[in-house]
Amino acid sequence: MNGAAVTVALPALDCFLNDSGTAWASGAALPVRFGTWFWGLGVTEDRWKPTKVGSNYDIGPELKPVEAYKDRISILSGFDVQADGKPALPHFTGAIVARTGTAPSAPTGLPAPSFDVLIADQIGGSNRFRSLDVTSVKDPNNSISGRGAGSLNPAEISPAAVYARLFGPEFADPTKADFKPDPMVMARRSVLSAIGEERKALEQLVGVSDREKLDQYFTAVRQAEQQVEIQLRKPDPLEACRVPGQPGPEEIGNQIEVVMANHKLMVELMAMAVACNQTRVFNVSFNQLQSALTRLGKTTAHHQLTHEEEVDPDVGYQPGSTWFVERCMEAFGQFIGVLASFKEGDGTLLDHSIVLAHSETNYAKFHTIDGLPMMIAGRGGGRIKSGLHIAGGGTPATRVGLTLQQVMGVPVDAWGTGANRTDKPVSELLA
Amino acid sequence: MTPMGWRVASRGLAGAILIGLLGCTTTQQTPASQAAKPPALASTAAGDAAASRPVVGLRRLTESQYRNTIADIFGDDIQVRGRFEQIQRPDQGLVAVGASGSAISAAGFEQYEQMGRGVAAQVLDPAHRTLFLPCAPRDPARADADCARAFFQKIGRYVFRRPLSANELTFYVQVAERATEPTGDFHTGLSLGLSAMLSSPRFLYRMERAEAGARELDAWSKASRLSYLLWNTTPDEALLDASGRGDLDTPQGLAREVDRLLASPRLENGLRAFFTDFMLLDRTQSVAKDPVVYPRFDQLVVKDLSEQTLRTLADLLLVQERPYPEVFTAQRTFLTRRLGVIYDVPVSSPTGWEAYEFDAGDDRAGLLGQAGFLALYSHEGRSSPTLRGKAIREVLLCQPVPPPPGNVDFSGFNDSGSVVLKTARERLNRHNTDPVCAGCHRITDPLGLPLERFDSTGAFRNNENGAKIDVSGTYEGQALEGASGMGLRLSKSRSPTDCVSRRLAEYATGREQEHGLPTAWVAALQERFAADGFRYRALLRDIATSPEFGAAPALPGLKTAAMGTSQGVRQ
Repeated sequence: MNGAAVTVALPALDCFLNDSGTAWASGAALPVRFGTWFWGLGVTEDRWKPTKVGSNYDIGPELKPVEAYKDRISILSGFDVQADGKPALPHFTGAIVARTGTAPSAPTGLPAPSFDVLIADQIGGSNRFRSLDVTSVKDPNNSISGRGAGSLNPAEISPAAVYARLFGPEFADPTKADFKPDPMVMARRSVLSAIGEERKALEQLVGVSDREKLDQYFTAVRQAEQQVEIQLRKPDPLEACRVPGQPGPEEIGNQIEVVMANHKLMVELMAMAVACNQTRVFNVSFNQLQSALTRLGKTTAHHQLTHEEEVDPDVGYQPGSTWFVERCMEAFGQFIGVLASFKEGDGTLLDHSIVLAHSETNYAKFHTIDGLPMMIAGRGGGRIKSGLHIAGGGTPATRVGLTLQQVMGVPVDAWGTGANRTDKPVSELLA
Repeated sequence: MTPMGWRVASRGLAGAILIGLLGCTTTQQTPASQAAKPPALASTAAGDAAASRPVVGLRRLTESQYRNTIADIFGDDIQVRGRFEQIQRPDQGLVAVGASGSAISAAGFEQYEQMGRGVAAQVLDPAHRTLFLPCAPRDPARADADCARAFFQKIGRYVFRRPLSANELTFYVQVAERATEPTGDFHTGLSLGLSAMLSSPRFLYRMERAEAGARELDAWSKASRLSYLLWNTTPDEALLDASGRGDLDTPQGLAREVDRLLASPRLENGLRAFFTDFMLLDRTQSVAKDPVVYPRFDQLVVKDLSEQTLRTLADLLLVQERPYPEVFTAQRTFLTRRLGVIYDVPVSSPTGWEAYEFDAGDDRAGLLGQAGFLALYSHEGRSSPTLRGKAIREVLLCQPVPPPPGNVDFSGFNDSGSVVLKTARERLNRHNTDPVCAGCHRITDPLGLPLERFDSTGAFRNNENGAKIDVSGTYEGQALEGASGMGLRLSKSRSPTDCVSRRLAEYATGREQEHGLPTAWVAALQERFAADGFRYRALLRDIATSPEFGAAPALPGLKTAAMGTSQGVRQ
């Protein structure tokens, strides 16, 4: 970020908070935020998975980059994904089941809403953006978030574009004392509300499948209207909100150094969006499903490496592939570090958030989707425990999505379809 | 370019003449050519009928269609600024088919709404408004329903590709009125009303409608199908007029319009859009190569990759009117100096494109020798006969290759780590020792290995890691050598011509065979394409004049009862 200090926390300003530091002075509790963080091509299981279950788990080489946050990250191993009678789509089925609870039958779009969208519907209504989706690689389709029916929420690939969307002229700065509703924004609200009024007339003219599309359209219109309504209200003062400087010139690509640099900008923007109450739900995709990450001067990219690289008989793993896994974990550590650097109330943004990280395969070399690697960072304002290694014992990976929906207040007692359906939350996680 | 309907169009299109002047004070000079009474401005009665018809298809405009449409309606000095939510390409299919199933997300709508506002603000800024607004408001600080009505009635017909209904017209007048109150400016209110129109699903989607129980789409929907198929843009004035007169509902009237559109130079826009979709050329924009391994291949080269393919196709199929199979053998192409570096060919002009003729039988002749194809279907650091072979099968021949099986045990390959495998053929041969892998690699690799003399960027080479490259392969049981041998075999095969005609039918209707595209029609198109000597224009004409092209699809669950009809759901 050009010259903007984003990693130095301001001291707690007591006037914004109640005496115990757990809520705004107005009495409203500090909001709990939810995020996802995706990385492609899994792990080398015996270098990543702790051997000890429970707290104070052991750290293998591929977890080393997040060791500093060990007490705030839980590792989930042994949670399985089922292809459920559909073709096992390499690099797709694992991620899609984890997020939608439904095994896909084609490698495109989402077969059902992703649970982050269901959480956003529950908690995101009072924020300017119900959710934000970003990726650090050059592919706006690199998203596994959406309302289903084959569509995806596109991921922003440009930090400058994210900045403009968040902190451009339409941003009402909560750190500023004066506030005057913009007449242009008032006019826009009336326009959006008028568009929404057309719903009934149009929907009675279309068939079933098109009605689903129009439903999504009008849901989007309603969200845009809410976005505008929020711009018309004087924003609450927010302790952790600091309006950043504009990002400098950017480079977007697949080369690891470029991706890491973009990722840093993106997660800083996500943290600031959260701190400034612009959203409560964010989805970050670090690299692609079937990662195309490259290293300068190497002819083989991450995905090819996982399949073509020999297991080095001396060390027992694929050295080039594990290097990329370590970079992915380093990036996750970077993200967690940024969230932990924003002080808020009696803790940090991380303490008031829950971030689910997951991949699309376990061991990419064989496309395995058993034991889908997952991690949960943050304590959700005390709603969940952290710092545990939880072994799923071959139970459905959808248990994690179910648990997180419940923790975030979505009224749901079972989730997923077919063999991936479950009604058993991961009780070890619950505080 | 001149916006439609406001001036005589520079492209020589019939009927693109200013209409309007609906009783308000005009603020512009009226050209002499418009002194005569303007053609009947579509009444709201026609709009009432059109707007009440059931919607049997929703096809989201692609980015290029949106841009072309805005430029045609308002002129190409109106900037479209924003990012478009991409339409998901179905597995083994076209974006045009994905557009039929494409929803708009909240982030996507946010962008559309912003772009619409940007366009509308430009249209009604002081520099442009006199061209579009047929009247001046009585008081520029207040709403003026009459002037707003005149504006929306005229512009709405272009934006919605049919006349507005009385309700719609009143609706937009009111939207503008409501937006004028807080802003205290007539033109701002009007521009927000226009932005509502540009954010409407009636604009963002091509809403295909048919009378309940009818077998055919209504004339306005047919006009849009024709125009987006042949020109990749919104119907022009003449086509809208023809729809209004009912011409498109008669075979003669339809053929007249199809022939007019086919004869226009704008047909090239349609060809470009189709082949970009069919050959996935939009993906060449994201091709990147490792700068250490391939220092000559940079982002400037990337810009030229798809343009070379499109120029070559437009020249071959529209200008020279050669048969489609020559796509695989054509010696004539177009190069820039930057591409010349990759091709190792001297290009004399320092900027721009020049025609270049390869020798007959040169590996460079035909699509398979083009850097765009070769670089797109390669890894960042090396070529891939598997990706190239798979692309030939799936994209050019419409033959899906099964995905690699999940949970394959690759461990069998780990034992031979000491063996040095110099060429891609040697490396791939190892897959073929395992029957699970060999099943698919036998489908893909023999088509890709003949292209191995081209590296990941499409540059020529004879050796890989010091070993001579073997470019033998097979296609449909016939042995062949190199890219030129592959191209020659493809040019003599029916699979590529059957594939392109099937895809063009899918592109035209937005439907796949699995979802309502009649198989018998596709088979007939394929036969007639062959009988016509594989002429692209003839294939387009065949499709556009077929009854199947204008047919209304069966649609389950349509609430026709709500429309006050007793026709029920059509079959």
